[in-house]
Amino acid sequence: MDFSILGYQFIQNAILAAFLAGIACSIIGVFVVTMHLSFIGICMSHAAFAGALFGLWIGFNPILCALLFCLLAAAIVGPLADRGEINPDTSIGVVFTIMMGLAFLFIGLMTGPKSEALNLLWGSILTIGHQDLVFLSIIAALVVGLVVFFYKEIQAVIFHREIALAVGIPASLFFYSLLFLSGATITASLQSIGGLLIFALIINPAAAAYQLTYSLKKMFLLSALFGVLSGWIGLWISYLLDLPSGATIVIISAVIFGVAILFSPKRKVKRWQEQENERTSGIFQPGS
Amino acid sequence: MNNTMVKIEDAVVSYREDVALRGVSLEVKRGEFIGIIGPNGAGKTTLLTLINGLGKLLQGQVHVLGHHLNGHNTNGLRKRIGYVAQIQNIDPRMPIKVREVVMIGRYGRLGLLHGPRSTDWDIVDKMLELVGMSHLAERPIGHLSGGEQQRVAIARCLAQEPEIFLLDEPTTALDWRSQSEIMELIRSIHDSQKLTTFLVTHDLNSVFHTCDRVVLMKEGKIWQVGRPEAILEGEILSQLYDMPISIIAHQGEQVVLSHESRRELSWISPS
Repeated sequence: MDFSILGYQFIQNAILAAFLAGIACSIIGVFVVTMHLSFIGICMSHAAFAGALFGLWIGFNPILCALLFCLLAAAIVGPLADRGEINPDTSIGVVFTIMMGLAFLFIGLMTGPKSEALNLLWGSILTIGHQDLVFLSIIAALVVGLVVFFYKEIQAVIFHREIALAVGIPASLFFYSLLFLSGATITASLQSIGGLLIFALIINPAAAAYQLTYSLKKMFLLSALFGVLSGWIGLWISYLLDLPSGATIVIISAVIFGVAILFSPKRKVKRWQEQENERTSGIFQPGS
Repeated sequence: MNNTMVKIEDAVVSYREDVALRGVSLEVKRGEFIGIIGPNGAGKTTLLTLINGLGKLLQGQVHVLGHHLNGHNTNGLRKRIGYVAQIQNIDPRMPIKVREVVMIGRYGRLGLLHGPRSTDWDIVDKMLELVGMSHLAERPIGHLSGGEQQRVAIARCLAQEPEIFLLDEPTTALDWRSQSEIMELIRSIHDSQKLTTFLVTHDLNSVFHTCDRVVLMKEGKIWQVGRPEAILEGEILSQLYDMPISIIAHQGEQVVLSHESRRELSWISPS
């Protein structure tokens, strides 16, 4: 096999971007999976996409616009999910559709070639620049730092937000910090993975790790490992078979999830629950 | 503030258009065991959340542990107040073990950027032993039964080394044996740890034997407060719950019976 390709700067950048995006997205994924925030995550990834397109349309920095849209979406959906004024699924769904609508509106309003906009849709890890890498490195360091330094607070918030609050942890501050950091991670990974695919890289590695362990620390480590493996294997296969890199990375992450499901010790929990349900419902059946 | 642990004055709490508490006042001394009973929607849980600052006051004042709760000091005071919430459905796949859940009780006291030390783990192990859960310490929390999860929740509160103990329907959805065991455990912990305890419950019989004073709540107001033997009468309870309730003496103890239970009992034992 010819490894001379590794000598090229753009390939080295892509490998580093896959590593950083893999770690940042998959660690954010642990919060999303354990706190059941999937829909919020999807909404925010589309907000980032819409923001970046808005930036392209008005000729301003698309990454900065994506970050602003993400923070705005987090500031709207966070309290909606929190206070339950409207059903959170409904309110987040409305924000999500607005973001989708805006994204395609901005594409329609753009004049001239739309290749840059489509790159944001599908991602283009091979064209990632130095500035994007620096931004991605800062975000990945922030995400890892948050988990390392505030592990116990995060564990409490993941277990139960009201209980975390009741023992004196500023749970709401942590919840909103996690939401904003999710937005920043999505923004930083937009260029390499793409607005439509980024959410799969957040969910799949964490969902795979969730199947394999009852330890939160191990879940963080496994999720990061699966995220990086998805990025590197996806990149390698996309190079070998000449496939779109973002899509290949996401498909590999889904394959890892499928394998994790097959070997999950937690499948026994489901069987045990089903037996328990059958046993309990059997008590009330006439003639049983 | 001398011996007063909690003083609530004219508290009004509202959730959107619903008023949950309407001018509630209550004073509780150190070491008291207070039972709070009343029909659903009476404001019992809201009263508990006022004490640990989770409830938002619209009007009135709350003094806890000698401090006026003002939004700035609630996080600090919460570290001294243990709270057992209503039984939750915990995901059986939740990647957190029983020992770690109990340690969460200590996190507030440890403060930011400080990890648990071996002395904290010693306290956690001691509390697990106290509630009889040491043998399940390494199990995932979601694998435990409802009664076991409540014992763990009590251990988590005790690991917090609280001065005030708030319990919101800790025995609801448990079988009779678990209910009785948990209530005995709560009373013995209250006595041994010298706590001031607030218990919201629908189990009227446990109130007779466990509480020093009982607060009767209805429609967001405190209806009556007093010693159980003084205010727990059939007529008062019937008015409180808008249904016929009787109290009979059985083997030297007071037993609360609903109309249906009494009818069934007279069918089984006509005497």
